[in-house]
Amino acid sequence: MPEPILSVRNYSIAYQARRGQVQAVRDISFDVERGEALALIGESGSGKTTIALGLMHLLPSTARIVGGSAIYRRSPNGSAGGETEVLSLKGSNLRQFRWHECAMVFQSAQNALNPVLRISEHFVDTAKAHGYLSGARESKALRERCLQLLSLVRLDPQRVWGSFPHELSGGMRQRVLIALALLLEPQLLILDEPTTALDILTQRNIMDVLKELRQKFGFSMLFISHDLALAAELADRVATVYAGQIIEIGDVRTIFRNPGHPYTIGLIKAVPTLTSDKSTLVSVPGSPPDLIQLPTGCKFHPRCPLADERSREQEPALVEIASGHQVACWHWPEAREALKTYRKE
Amino acid sequence: MSESLITLEHVSRTFQVKGQTIKAVDDINLSIPVGELLCLVGESGCGKTTTGRMIAGLLPTSSGRILYRGQDIATLSRVDHKIYRLGVQMVHQDPYASLNPIQTIYDTLAAPLQHHGFTRGEAETKRRVCELLEIVDLTPADDYLDKYPHQLSGGQRQRVSVARALTVHPAFIVADEAVSMVDVSIRISLLKMFTRLRDEMGVGVLLITHDLALAKYFASEGRIGVMYLGRLVEMGPSGEVVSHPQHPYTQVLLSAIPEADPDATLHKQRIELRSADMPSLLQLPSGCAFHPRCPFFLGEVCEKIVPPLERAEWGSDVACHLVNPYES
Repeated sequence: MPEPILSVRNYSIAYQARRGQVQAVRDISFDVERGEALALIGESGSGKTTIALGLMHLLPSTARIVGGSAIYRRSPNGSAGGETEVLSLKGSNLRQFRWHECAMVFQSAQNALNPVLRISEHFVDTAKAHGYLSGARESKALRERCLQLLSLVRLDPQRVWGSFPHELSGGMRQRVLIALALLLEPQLLILDEPTTALDILTQRNIMDVLKELRQKFGFSMLFISHDLALAAELADRVATVYAGQIIEIGDVRTIFRNPGHPYTIGLIKAVPTLTSDKSTLVSVPGSPPDLIQLPTGCKFHPRCPLADERSREQEPALVEIASGHQVACWHWPEAREALKTYRKE
Repeated sequence: MSESLITLEHVSRTFQVKGQTIKAVDDINLSIPVGELLCLVGESGCGKTTTGRMIAGLLPTSSGRILYRGQDIATLSRVDHKIYRLGVQMVHQDPYASLNPIQTIYDTLAAPLQHHGFTRGEAETKRRVCELLEIVDLTPADDYLDKYPHQLSGGQRQRVSVARALTVHPAFIVADEAVSMVDVSIRISLLKMFTRLRDEMGVGVLLITHDLALAKYFASEGRIGVMYLGRLVEMGPSGEVVSHPQHPYTQVLLSAIPEADPDATLHKQRIELRSADMPSLLQLPSGCAFHPRCPFFLGEVCEKIVPPLERAEWGSDVACHLVNPYES
């Protein structure tokens, strides 16, 4: 069994705010298996974007990585020299990791492209920054490759190559970002809310593009979203993130059909699908906790119908409840039954 | 037969952008009875927000007329115009931009109450503000009076926006993507609140959204209207539009929706479009606006004649030559 491409252990990040320390990511551990797509699902204030930014060393200056490790394994057999501690990368090693090994597609593509540069210049710029392009022959080869990548993301290369970002729609810009991320053939792609704020047909396009690209290039994906539908379509495994912690992780079918954690259950039952029955939909009461003043014990307890003394005092750890399925909840055995009744209106 | 609260007759709206004309809304005909829950769905640029703003009186029509309780809003007397403007209220998409950040929740709600003379004096105003906060489930109301918007979550801010809309006893609320910027886990509770307003106070709601699953949930007893490039292409009972979509565009949309169910998309029949690109509003296709992309394109009739919105099956109106064949 090949080792995971990325192993994150006890990862913690805090921001300094005027009121105090924001504990954005608290002691998170997870693996991204080689070739898989792992979805980190969470809502506002869950810490999910911070996790990704931290891995790419893109955190703002007010943030500190408090602890933990993130091991990246380039080759499947764990051969010597193939393991990198991502969190301590610096200088040229960091530049090598970024974009060659691991690339990121950001949220809100409209703001991630330089408005005064043409799309072609974005690609050339990126290639140059990472040590490519010293001659005319390479230049031509690069252009060919870029045009090919643009076709792969279902864009008309001739139309897009010479355009400025503002001449393209939101969906087109997002696809440019995906093509740009694949320029140096990374093994790991991190996507932050890749389809948020896009129309249905554009979302559909992007999802299909991502599926095709994964088939073709075989990269691993870590994507971060609040969109359950995105996870259901693209992910092999799903982890729910709440108050800076992973509170449940499992394969996609298990999470959607048989979730264990009350928050995951609540989330799935709160999102309407075209086929869902109206009467079973109910929102999760309350709001996400203040990351500066977290509640005691289980961070979800103020909103949980199953909360008791233990929930208020002790924070549950992730426990394996079935093969490959972990939940951090004292009451997971009763959760499904209890929440079925709770949900009836 | 309930009286029509709001009627749109051949309503169009054009904008001038850099010397070019954009027809954002084209010949919409719509009748909204009192207390209806209605959804307008469509992708960006389809004209749904512009339509909502015209209904709320925030934007004049370029042609056609809008009737409020049977009277053309463009010719209302001052008194009647004020009744109309109070009668139709708008709740916007962005909870972070629609409340004055330097006013407490009490201030925000007291202002319209006192300005329009609905309450007199502090005691009465405070009582009414608390009542409104309770109606939108912000309880205990006292806790919210002295808070500022930045101290509330997105969902709570939207509730305040709705409370503000309710201060003037509206008959109708236009909710423009009012839950899109709110966490997914609480969208349903906001929509349930709207449904309660209709059930308890008879307030009708137009929810503008691009999320069809949400539309189906919200308007389950009402109607869904699908818009494309400024035109209404299908309008019918919500359940029927979703389970028996007749217009090709509606069918394409439904087949493309990503679903929060890992097996749902596996079993969906995907409908391929003839062309992936959405035409620009600056260059509207002739005849049926959908014809360049339509998988059921019939030929000349689709290119030349704009299909009228006509009754088809299952109680829905559809604008399509395939569904309602053109007879010259």
